[in-house]
Amino acid sequence: MRTFILRRLLFAIPTLIGISIITFVIVRLAPGDPIRLFTFGSRATNEDIEALRHLYGLDQPLPIQYLDWMLKLVHGDFGQSFIYHTDAAALFIQYIPNTLQLAVVALTIQLLVGVPLGVIAALKRGTWVDGFIRVFGVAGHAVPAFWLGLVLILFFAVQLKWLPSQGILTVGKDPWDFLDRLKHMLLPAYVLSLTGIANYSRLLRTETLEVLSQDFVRTAHAKGLNERTVMFVHALRNALIPVVTALGGILAGLIGGALVIEQVFSWPGIGRFTFAAAIAKDYPVIQAGVMISALLLVVSYILRDIAYAVVDPRIGVK
Amino acid sequence: MASTATPISAVAANDTLVRPSRSLWSNAWFKLRHDRLTIAAFLTLIVLAALSASADFMATNVFQYSFERQDLLHTYEKPAMEPIAYLLGTDDIGRSAVVRLLYGGRVSLAVGFIAALVNLTIGIFIGLSAGYFRGWVDDLVTWFVTTLQSIPTLFLLLIIAAIWEPGPVQLTVVIGSLFWVGICLYVRGQTFALREREYVVAARTIGARDRRIMFNHILPNILPLIFVLAAIDIGGIILVESALSFLGLGILPPTPTWGNMLTGATGNLVRGPWLIYPPGVMIFLTVLCLYLIGDGLRDALDPRVRGHAG
Repeated sequence: MRTFILRRLLFAIPTLIGISIITFVIVRLAPGDPIRLFTFGSRATNEDIEALRHLYGLDQPLPIQYLDWMLKLVHGDFGQSFIYHTDAAALFIQYIPNTLQLAVVALTIQLLVGVPLGVIAALKRGTWVDGFIRVFGVAGHAVPAFWLGLVLILFFAVQLKWLPSQGILTVGKDPWDFLDRLKHMLLPAYVLSLTGIANYSRLLRTETLEVLSQDFVRTAHAKGLNERTVMFVHALRNALIPVVTALGGILAGLIGGALVIEQVFSWPGIGRFTFAAAIAKDYPVIQAGVMISALLLVVSYILRDIAYAVVDPRIGVK
Repeated sequence: MASTATPISAVAANDTLVRPSRSLWSNAWFKLRHDRLTIAAFLTLIVLAALSASADFMATNVFQYSFERQDLLHTYEKPAMEPIAYLLGTDDIGRSAVVRLLYGGRVSLAVGFIAALVNLTIGIFIGLSAGYFRGWVDDLVTWFVTTLQSIPTLFLLLIIAAIWEPGPVQLTVVIGSLFWVGICLYVRGQTFALREREYVVAARTIGARDRRIMFNHILPNILPLIFVLAAIDIGGIILVESALSFLGLGILPPTPTWGNMLTGATGNLVRGPWLIYPPGVMIFLTVLCLYLIGDGLRDALDPRVRGHAG
């Protein structure tokens, strides 16, 4: 197991290098000059602009800039923000928990709703219940999340005034007010979880049907176990294995999708902040934002693979 | 002996006993015809496409209101039958929502189809190469795919859109060149399995070149399920494009898209709440149809799946 984890960690290194190259190329090759953008309207002379360019290392050739950035990155230094003049990574520290919070709650909703739906659909296959869950699953995929968010805001916040329309806490409230947090969390987490619910219900339906048709389930039936024991002790355990595999795509969806949801609900997370930095062309902050979100993904992929190896002993430890 | 047994040739010649063999496609068509949900989805999509395609005609002849016409005396008109251009109301500068909705469909559908074409081409080509050549080609592709999968794609797309500020055509190509990972992995997996089949070995034995084996022997066997992926792919791209437009990064006003109409509606949530429903419903309907078609095609084309009942 230990070698497996170590190997998995080693495999993450080329991926991280790839991510850094893609991020760097996309951000630094972009048209437009950030220094001109920031000094626009100020009385900065051409010499001042050149001095600033030199200060931020933007006058160096691109490969040198990349190596410079990488060297600092390895030491945990993400560079200075052009706008805030502070460490780019430090700016994100307060936003990471917010994004994770939202992702974890959405993931919980997905598992708690999606898995039972899929199992029910499989048990009732061919009936209207199955049909309904199938259509619900496809619809959950097809609905534009940001629009659903808007409609829910219109209904629950503007018209009924039951829930807040944006933010993470009511201004001036005690940050540990759990109920207030929950109220803010409800709509964005629900919208964010929708795709995953659809994914899981589909996956679980197929898997449960597959497992139920296998010999060991028939044997369990044949030796006289009741329906419930067969279902929960024998079948479900095996049907749940692919859920762990699917986690990868789901997590990517949660972190990527959060960007749009954060925007709709003004949720102060990584996505929203990176987006603002992209609009303002604050290179170091954009790079830090992409690297941090990618890092979150890489770590969750590793955790998923370890979980997979634990759940299914046939795989992994080679 | 001769008197008791019927000669085989006599049985075979009896055409009531010999059913003509059905190809994959005619088999699929047979199944599809009985799948009412898929047929309904297909027809709905055709209607939507026809409405968008006739946007110019409808605007001049039916609604008599161009998509960019503003009317500051009639802002926030509630949906009404009279005049017909106010069918879905007007927005904050008196533009007709229904006319803009028709034009918006053009952009969404065009972007969806073109970007899907781009990413299918990339995905199929890279997937085939990786699966067929294996070795270092496959290692390189795997590394690249893993990397791309580790960056939330929407993040990447938004950043490209925000700092590169691409035009509609470039944007379509960018979307197309970011979302090919799923297709590539599918094609790669299938190619891995197919290249070991006897018929591929046979083709190689008689001296077929790599390119011929890849495109004439392996690809046709993967193609049916690629149609399934394509339908789902187009739906996904339409969703992404609308989200991008909504964030003000996609195709910009005055060109109406369903996404940027929603941006406008968000700003007027209190005064014109009716503006928010039509574009969203249209996106939802289009994507839903595409996904249902994909589902139906999968059931019809995949010999392992027998009907919805599983």
